[in-house]
Formats: sequence, structure tokens, C-alpha cells
Amino acid sequence: MVTRRTLIKSLGAVSVAAPMFSMPSIARGQSAGRVVVVGGGFGGATAAKYLKRQNPALDVTLVEASGRFYTCPFSNLYLGGLRDFESIGHSYDELTDVYGVNLVTDWAEGVDGDAHTVTLASGEVLDYDKLLLSPGVDMRWGAIEGYDESAAQLAPHAWKAGEQTQILKAQLESMDDGGLFILSSPENPFRCPPGPYERVSMIANYFTNNKPNSKILVLDSKDAFSKQGLFEAGWRELYGDMIEWVSLSNDGRVVRVDAENLEVETEFGEVHKADVLNIVPPQKAGAIADAAGVTNEGGWVPIVPETFESQQVPDIYVVGDATVAAPMPKSGFCANSQGKVAAAAIVASLAGQEPPAPSWVNTCYSVLAPDYGISVAGVYHVADGQIAEVADSGGVSPADADSDFRRREAEYAVGWYDAIARDTWGTGA
Amino acid sequence: MGIMKPIAGTLAAGTILAASLAGAVQAQETDASVLAGTCANCHGTDGVSPGSIPSIAGQPYAVLIAQLQAFKAGEVPGATIMTRIASGYTDEELEAIARYFSEIEQ
Repeated sequence: MVTRRTLIKSLGAVSVAAPMFSMPSIARGQSAGRVVVVGGGFGGATAAKYLKRQNPALDVTLVEASGRFYTCPFSNLYLGGLRDFESIGHSYDELTDVYGVNLVTDWAEGVDGDAHTVTLASGEVLDYDKLLLSPGVDMRWGAIEGYDESAAQLAPHAWKAGEQTQILKAQLESMDDGGLFILSSPENPFRCPPGPYERVSMIANYFTNNKPNSKILVLDSKDAFSKQGLFEAGWRELYGDMIEWVSLSNDGRVVRVDAENLEVETEFGEVHKADVLNIVPPQKAGAIADAAGVTNEGGWVPIVPETFESQQVPDIYVVGDATVAAPMPKSGFCANSQGKVAAAAIVASLAGQEPPAPSWVNTCYSVLAPDYGISVAGVYHVADGQIAEVADSGGVSPADADSDFRRREAEYAVGWYDAIARDTWGTGA
Repeated sequence: MGIMKPIAGTLAAGTILAASLAGAVQAQETDASVLAGTCANCHGTDGVSPGSIPSIAGQPYAVLIAQLQAFKAGEVPGATIMTRIASGYTDEELEAIARYFSEIEQ
């Protein structure tokens, strides 16, 4: 009986035997190849783990500024009162202790693609044969007038999990019953397309249990959103008229924020005053992608579909929310899936081989209430040189599903989180 | 080279004739691991689930392929998401995935 572990070891031995002759850049490192991974989220941590699983002889260094990673997925469940904050935090212990990944707790500030080096905030310089960036997103400060980093302390985005999420949670808890929560949702593309709508669902769950006279207003810079029909039906069923959604065409686009007074102004001049104000601003690839020279004019990273190598700088691979990977959405699931494909491509390239044919999946669960979940799924491959959804597959939960179906999808959402957290960081949820 | 036999035995008869034996074995295995890699996001690394979603590691091949084909055909009562996912794969890809997980010791 072949176990996976023996198989990996055997294949790894084959992989490292050949390449020393044809890949002179590797010879300077004393290993099968030196890979630096920047960013320890769903994309980067997964890539680091799967690089070592496929070829334990690789020298893999993960650069991540935070010692503990808090996930955006399920941060809405924390806001909704379904989970505690530490349940969405994950350490890097298993990546270092079990898989032998080198962890460097620091910021990556610069990349020299010609010299194949990464410069850290400490001044340390790391050499690489292959670099994998999983930088996530940065906010476009100033894209909405008045919304900058200091405004985000008063009107949080909470679109990177951590302190921002805790600020929003504290504001919701100190709000009086009967208050108004406003969420401003950006135009496409942005991290986690269903996220704003799951967030207001979870906050409605919190309000229903604690502050039932409160209201929720979503001001949107779009006319349509992910799983819209399912969300709107769920909102009516679960929360009556607590949640109101205002589309772009109905003057939903926020153009100015007054964080001190918790006021927003929309395109046609209407001013809304909130008791708690959550601005999800327009976004771009994380800063290190710019520093590495891999972003396009729109601020995102074009990649080669088969490998997720940058189209602009060789030997730099980029995965996750930072990339242009449509029709794949910017989700943690996709980042994990892309991290595995990029890891396999890097292992193959360092062994002087062609990359394996890629295959990706996305599944996004959204939890509307403790017993009410919905999902969207997609299977993706490369067709005619582009990432494409496999025909006649994927899609959203049925509109006419019964309550047992919704209950089981909420249960599977939790199962999904437990599994992907362990698959990514090697830890339980 | 003890790994060759079980893997080679899983290949479609024609596939292996086209390339050298070692090359064919490695390429096929890598493809299956890429296909199967996406399953881990819900079913756990190597198909060992830590939560409410079923583990699939070490299940008999016949059980796994029958279940995957039934999902694809929309014939699993009460199925939630797997019909939508299984319909994204060819029969050959589903067979490779089923074989991959059947060969993992749980």
C-alpha cells in the first residue's frame, strides 16, 4: 500500500536529482532551491506548506509581519456573536515545527527581481530562486473623500481582520438599541464579494438578539451583488425589514465620509448619519506587489494562468486577492487553491519540468443566521489561455431549498472553516 | 521502485505507452494531486476532515467513484454543494480523484 508520505518522498528524490546541471542559479544555494514566500494568509501559508510537502529538500522561508493570523472569513460570525475572536486566529507553529518552514516575523519592504532578493524592514536581505507573494489587499485611502487611515479608526473598514474587526465589534456593543448601522460597499473588484452582505446578516443577528429596534442600511456602489437573490430572501425571512439595501442606481454610492460625525454623502448629495459606520473602501494589491513591479495600472497583478507566475517579472509568483484571476473571486478558498497550483508549478520548475495542468475550485459559504447558510461554488480550468469556469458546473444554493438544507449549509460552513484553517496553517479552528 | 506498480496499474492502458514509464508515472501522479488538492479545502489535508464534513481518505475506490458519479448525476438525495462541484469534472478526472484518496492510508 502506497501512503501519500512515501510517495512524496520518492517523487521528491527524483525531483532533486536532476536539476543541478540545468539550473545554475540554484547551485549557489546549497539546497534543492530557495523559495521565499511573502504573506502568511490563505495563499502564502498554503503555498509554504505544500512546497515542503511536495519537496522537503526545498529551503522555504515565510515572511509574515504578524505572529498570529486572523482570518477575514468568519470574522463576520465574530461580529454576529457566533464565535469568539481567538477562534479566527491561527499560529504558524505547525508550518515551522512539522513542515520545516523557516518563519521570519517581519515586513517585506522591497523586491529586486533582477538580483532575486527581498529586503525586509529590519534591513535583512533574503536571496531567492523563486519568490511567491500573497500580499492580500491594501485600502485605497482617499478614493472616497475623507476616508483615510485615521478616519478608519472612527469608521472602521474591518476588511482586514484584527484590530479593525475589534473596533467595529466594540462600537456595535456600545450602540444604543434603535441605532442605525451603515455599511458602504465598494464597486468591483474587491476582497470577498459576498462579504458585505454576510456582514450585515450577522449584525442583524446580533441586533435581533440584543438591540431589536435597530436598523441596517447598505449603501452600495453596485447594482448587483453576489448571491443577491438568496441574501435578499434570507433577510426578509430572518430579519423582516431590518436591512435596507440601496443600489448604485438608487443613489447608493458613497462619495464622501465625515468620520468624526459618522456621516456619509452619496453621489447625488444625500447625507446619511449613522450610529456605527463601516466603510469598505476600494482596494488594490498589497504594497509589496507594487514594490516588486508586478502590478498593472489598475493596481492588481496579472498572472500566467497555468502557474500564477507574474506576467511582468520572471520567478515571482503571486496568488490570492492581489491577482487578476477572474472569473475566480477574491476569496480565501481561491487563494488556498491558487497557492497549491503555484507551489506545484514552482516545484516542477525547480526540477526542470513542465508545470502540471492546473485545476481550481472555489466555495464561498455565507452564514445569514446560526441555522441558515447559503453557498456559491465554482470549478475552474485553463481554456484558450484564460482561466475559465468549467461549463455546466458550479452555481449557488437553490432558491427553493427547505430549512433543513439551509441548516446543513450553515453546519458545512463551519466544517469548511475547520478544514481550510487546518489545510492552510495546520491548526484547528 | 515499489511505488510504480500500484500507480501504473491505475493508468488508462493507452496513456502509459506514449511516454517513458518513469515520466508517465510522475506526470499522472502530479496531475491527480493537483486535482485532489482542491478537495482538502473542505475535506481536510489528504482528505482527513477535522470537522463536520466527511473524511474521504482511505475509502475504497469503488465507494468514492460511485459517490462522485452519483453527485455529478444529481442522484444523491439531500446533496447540497457536491452536485455543483462534481459536475465540473470529466469521468476520467473523477476516477483520478477517487483513486488518489483511496490510496491514502487513513
